Amino acid sequence: MKDNPFSLWVYLSQSPLLWLTVTLLVYATTDAVSLATRRHPFANPVLHAMWIIGAFLLVTGTSYTTYFAGAQFVHFLLGPATVALAVPLYENRKRVVSSIVPMLVALAAGSVTAVVSVVLLAELAGLPRDVVLALAPKSVTAGVAMGIAESLHADPSLTAVAVILTGIMGAIVVTPLMNRTGVTDFRARGFAAGLAAHGIGTARAFQVDEIAGVFSGIAMSLNALVTSFLVPLVVTLLVR
Amino acid sequence: MLASLSLILLCQLIGEAVVRGLGLPLPGPVLGLLLLLILLLARDRFASLARGPLRDDGVESASKGLLAHLSLLFVPAGVGVVQKLDLLASHGIAIVLVLALSVVLTLLATVLTFRLVSGLLKQQDLR
Repeated sequence: MKDNPFSLWVYLSQSPLLWLTVTLLVYATTDAVSLATRRHPFANPVLHAMWIIGAFLLVTGTSYTTYFAGAQFVHFLLGPATVALAVPLYENRKRVVSSIVPMLVALAAGSVTAVVSVVLLAELAGLPRDVVLALAPKSVTAGVAMGIAESLHADPSLTAVAVILTGIMGAIVVTPLMNRTGVTDFRARGFAAGLAAHGIGTARAFQVDEIAGVFSGIAMSLNALVTSFLVPLVVTLLVR
Repeated sequence: MLASLSLILLCQLIGEAVVRGLGLPLPGPVLGLLLLLILLLARDRFASLARGPLRDDGVESASKGLLAHLSLLFVPAGVGVVQKLDLLASHGIAIVLVLALSVVLTLLATVLTFRLVSGLLKQQDLR
């Protein structure tokens, strides 16, 4: 430290500890702001944590690979968190079983809309073919969507960005949109949130209502299954 | 707490192993979810299973702890946007508009179908 103040930074900026701490600190702050605004949709903690950390990486000239070496410990928990969704599902099993029919029909309608609409709109906007392919699985959770992208020979890291953007926009828009449609059934609202906006939609749904969160988690898991089959099919039919 | 976390990881591990081993087209953690759900349901049927993490809300409270900060877990992947700035500079507006429109359409299609079908079922019950 005494000979060169930069040597400390050089050491720390390469260690996972710094980037793990930055991730948790920034998120704790954006989450506190979200709570202080009584969970206002535009105070979405993921959105604000993303650009703050992103800007910090650009300013300090840190590569994403270096950042991810620390942040991977948080990223890893996505898998166990998916398994943990079994618990709210178990605790609300009676309500889930009693709405199995509307759930399955809405799953079919929603997952087809998600894939077909994004492919058609992207073609209409004149986006290059490889971008269209990378956007196609954007409504399912990151790990699954990246797997689908790989099987299509699309760019998985672009897919991951599309997935996160979709999730954030879905989480922002879901409450005002649903209030406008006049649907007060939190089973239906949650199911739509999880289907369209995967885990970020589910996190939002849990903030609004426990039942909405449960149905959102189910929609997210079911959609991951359906979309894995659906995307290759739609892509062969619709993409030139 | 430790046993509960181990149980969650074990469910995921078995899920991943089965998915890889059999070449199933579904994500390993989703199979892990099913496995944990079956375990919880089996515990209610067979009292002898109610031990360790499956007793006294062990795995339940560990799971709720994980889910309480679900959004945080998406931050590392989201920061990956810094790798895509050149693509976003050239096609960013189109991509964001396409994704925004598609997510609105998907939300509406899903919520309205759900309402329609559950409304129809209710009418049938009344008859």
